[in-house]
Amino acid sequence: MKCSAQIEPPEKAQGGFFIYTASNSTISHIIHKRGGTLSSETTEVMDQKKVQRALMRIAHEIIERNSGAERIVIIGIKTRGDYLADRVAENIKKVEDVDVPVGYMDITFYRDDVHTRFEQPEVHKTEIIFPIDGKVVILVDDVLYTGRTIRAALDQVIDFGRPKAIQLAVLVDRGHRELPIKADYVGKNIPTSLSDDVEVHITPIHGEDSVLLLRGGIGSDSESTGQKSGKKRR
Amino acid sequence: MAFGLKHLLGLEGVKREDLESILNAADSFREVIDRPIKKVPTLRGVTVLNLFYEPSTRTKLSFELAEKRLSADVLNFATKGSSVSKGETFKDTVRNIEAMKIDMIVMRHNCSGAPKFLTEFSSSRVINAGDGTHEHPTQALLDMLSIRRKYGKLDGLRVVIVGDILHSRVARSNIWGLKTMGASVAVCGPSTLLPVGAEKMGIDVFTDINKALDGADVVNVLRLQLERQQAGLLPSLREYRNLFGITRERLRLLNKNYTVMHPGPINRGIELSSEVADGDDSVILDQVTNGVAVRMSVLYLLSGGGKKEDE
Repeated sequence: MKCSAQIEPPEKAQGGFFIYTASNSTISHIIHKRGGTLSSETTEVMDQKKVQRALMRIAHEIIERNSGAERIVIIGIKTRGDYLADRVAENIKKVEDVDVPVGYMDITFYRDDVHTRFEQPEVHKTEIIFPIDGKVVILVDDVLYTGRTIRAALDQVIDFGRPKAIQLAVLVDRGHRELPIKADYVGKNIPTSLSDDVEVHITPIHGEDSVLLLRGGIGSDSESTGQKSGKKRR
Repeated sequence: MAFGLKHLLGLEGVKREDLESILNAADSFREVIDRPIKKVPTLRGVTVLNLFYEPSTRTKLSFELAEKRLSADVLNFATKGSSVSKGETFKDTVRNIEAMKIDMIVMRHNCSGAPKFLTEFSSSRVINAGDGTHEHPTQALLDMLSIRRKYGKLDGLRVVIVGDILHSRVARSNIWGLKTMGASVAVCGPSTLLPVGAEKMGIDVFTDINKALDGADVVNVLRLQLERQQAGLLPSLREYRNLFGITRERLRLLNKNYTVMHPGPINRGIELSSEVADGDDSVILDQVTNGVAVRMSVLYLLSGGGKKEDE
């Protein structure tokens, strides 16, 4: 279920970046849940500028914490973390002039809910074509939620080799962890309730960068909300 | 997109989306088996029974390896030395093994339709690993994966299947699958080994190999089961080789970027000359590798043990 407002396609500016000016604050929606209609509210919590600044700050923090970018490799978690990983790598290149290897990871095979689902989710490709032994692996994802995706990603990284360290960068931390996992770099902390949904829009898919918070309606149950809107819990 | 199958009994009637799901996931598993650690924890805790009522080496090894690379627990059953020789019925055998709590059954049987019968009384997910002369879906899927990985598509390609079409479950599964995926299919063999009314499957039927190969992209050569000659269906192996054997000269009739496939084991010098089997355009060993990936994919997609969302 798409709850984002229709937004004009952004203009392509020089340097391959998209410039987006409009800033829509609050849009009311009627969305269908569990057969009934519930009124729900969508708030844009990060606009294009804020997302860009957050990704630039994360790049700086990564460089600062690791005293440069020489030992770093970046792995984006699909889907969406892969695009953010590219952006962080671009930012590191701008600051340090170092080409950081970027890989992409699908964690489906490492999920812990294979037996409880009726149908298996679609599988995307994992592309890590560089050695990770002795490197600092920066895992990148869009939203940190239960921590189960990151648990799966950690297991998968370790099957690829023995990195010196693994660090985690996320654009949004929305809380509600079910595992002892904490991000090293956070774009924005967003307090949410279990019935809310956080939607991250990124330029290559949605034509804009933004983070939307969809407030869940009264009486809606978080577990089914997350699934009915076609999103996996994170 | 929801995967629509509960069991994989054959490719007849399977939707294109489901075939694509299997091939797409298989592509991802192909990447897994090229990793230094070729194992993923996906099917941890799932028990798979390999129920083989007919001898098989490569299919069984391929399934077993696929199961192990998915971290499933594997049980192997072969009729030889089992209580089947004491007269236990098929149903009783399966019920007894199922009582030990298994989740999936990979089954090969010399009777067409045996896996279908199994699904009628078993609570496990069933994968057909070859039943009589009916279907061998995972073999066809690995053939399709091998073609798709080479050409990037199946749509619009011309595939010729050569050999004993009548008794071949591999041919049957390939015809259904390839047609659903938009390829054009032709079969070629001696008329005693072609099924009556094969044209009704929407394929071209040839008894002249030169006409069949003309303008095709892929030639899939089936193994000639030598006992067919004893059954009087072939005058001699030498005649078969002369009329239908795939040699370097005959490959010139194919399109430029052609591919030679064989499900194995090869009778060298009969259906396929050694120089073709070992040539650059042969993907025969690639087929074996893809076989593991495709079987991982099928096991994964069918492994969902949960309830349907609306149940």
